[in-house]
Amino acid sequence: MGPLVTQPLDPVNPPAQPSRFAYQARRHLPERIIQWILFLAAFSAVTVTIAIVVILVYESLGFFRHVSLWDFLTDTQWTPLFSDKHFGILPLVAGTLVTTFVALAVSVPLGTVIAIYLSEFASHSVREIVKPFLELLSGVPTIVYGYFALLFVTPLLQLFLPDLPGFNMLSAGLVMGIMIIPYVASVSEDAMRAVPMHIREGSYAMGATRFQTAIRVVTPAATSGLVAAYILGISRAVGETMVVAVAAGTQPNLTWNPLEGAATISAYIVQVSLGDLPHGSLEYQTIFAAGLVLLLMTLAFNVVGHLLRKRFREAY
Amino acid sequence: MKRKTRTAAQPAAPAYNGDMRSPDEKTPVPAAAPQAAIAAPIKAQAQKLHFYYGGTVHALKDINLDLAEKQVTALIGPSGCGKSTFLRCFNRMHDLYPGNRYEGEIRMHPDNVNILARQVDPIEVRMRISMVFQKPNPFPKSIYENVAYGLRVRGVRSRGLMDDKVEEALRGAALWDEVKDRLPDLAFNLSGGQQQRLCIARALATDPEILLFDEPTSALDPIATASIEELITELKLKVTILIVTHNMQQAARVSDYTAFMHLGELVEFGDTNTIFTNPSNRRTEDYITGRYG
Repeated sequence: MGPLVTQPLDPVNPPAQPSRFAYQARRHLPERIIQWILFLAAFSAVTVTIAIVVILVYESLGFFRHVSLWDFLTDTQWTPLFSDKHFGILPLVAGTLVTTFVALAVSVPLGTVIAIYLSEFASHSVREIVKPFLELLSGVPTIVYGYFALLFVTPLLQLFLPDLPGFNMLSAGLVMGIMIIPYVASVSEDAMRAVPMHIREGSYAMGATRFQTAIRVVTPAATSGLVAAYILGISRAVGETMVVAVAAGTQPNLTWNPLEGAATISAYIVQVSLGDLPHGSLEYQTIFAAGLVLLLMTLAFNVVGHLLRKRFREAY
Repeated sequence: MKRKTRTAAQPAAPAYNGDMRSPDEKTPVPAAAPQAAIAAPIKAQAQKLHFYYGGTVHALKDINLDLAEKQVTALIGPSGCGKSTFLRCFNRMHDLYPGNRYEGEIRMHPDNVNILARQVDPIEVRMRISMVFQKPNPFPKSIYENVAYGLRVRGVRSRGLMDDKVEEALRGAALWDEVKDRLPDLAFNLSGGQQQRLCIARALATDPEILLFDEPTSALDPIATASIEELITELKLKVTILIVTHNMQQAARVSDYTAFMHLGELVEFGDTNTIFTNPSNRRTEDYITGRYG
């Protein structure tokens, strides 16, 4: 090893020969291109989301030039297609909330119980059999669920409730609940299986049974994931269209009684967008206002869910 | 305490034979069983204990060990030697996973029952033999509810009894003064050393007869470690302790008896002083002097 020699940098006459550490464009250019492609792919999702919101808001603004926000939120009738026009969103919101509530009343308890069973009790072989069936349940097209509700569940319910109309929110909600069980169960099960084994062992070591461990330790430890599962279920139920359009009817009806038929926001949108309304008319713009409300409802549930998850997050 | 105790010299009376399985005939009693005389009454005895993970991995081979009552017995040995596996036999932790198999006995006194027997309820075993784990594993509950857990799963309802037991256990774990004003707080808000003492309090709340420690200080800093070690030497006034440690100084500091394990076998067992100053087995000596492991 010779003595350390440093060559003073000459700004006027840079060294003619490139040093061994010269910038290798051949290596870095492809990297940059790839980075850009990846960025565009990620950005497209953001762009589409923004575009949807912009269109919804823009068309809704046209709607709100004719209908005051006050009427929209307080009027108890939704009759934009009749000669006596009313633009109160409440009947549609009520229909959406009632069907969603019925669906959750089915899917949250059942989905949670299935998740507890699969995660804490089922042997490996049982799990291998049950899980494909659950996935099959989520693969059934929603229109099939709709006819199942209308042509099977409603007649079945009418055996017990003779006054039940052919279109009713109870039947639609029940079937929608069955439809979202796989989502709730699968996300809940993931959350419970993510609870570390050493927490469970701590419970067993105290002399707890399997059920005590599942209920008193694993479920509270998985709360944030369970909340996420329920929020996912709510989002699916709020936005679900086919089941409610087929089984709950398309008649806007301000009621909190699930035994009646009523249109939901999504059912109204599908009804109108299938018709031949002139582009740009007020009736046409109503579906954007309704869609915006639907978006805001889903957003609100997601925000609440996010806050709950933060509140319940456990550090293992 | 009126409990009858038994010494090693007395033969264990076959008052109740909980084990219906035939003894393992493939392995005769070794001529020089690594057995040391214990001066204290015996709380539990492992006899010809074999253990298989998933039916194939022979993890424990013919372990014979007496656990002295209200003394601290340390299990030392290199990683993978089976010391944690052995410890977890005592509260039937291996039952939680399919395919595991015990052979031989762990006889618990004064009942003289083989707690590995099939007709023994593992939950009854765990209700008498508590365990503290390597990593503090408090439940996602309040400090109070963590300690009360063992009582709740036993069906205790009385609020007054529960309060008394929780306080007693937290005092026993030298944690009461630090947490008495924040019992409703989430246990995760405690420091690592406090969490481990909380886990000790949780184990103490149900008045166990044996307390198992599985490397209880390996995740803790030196100060928290010192406080846990001090606690262990206090706890042995009330309870029999079996502790797994990979820290030989810790074994020397806290234990009365030490067992050295290697490759699933119990190589040497004796009082801690003898094991650390005058081991009779070459492998023990090599391990203790740091030549391997």
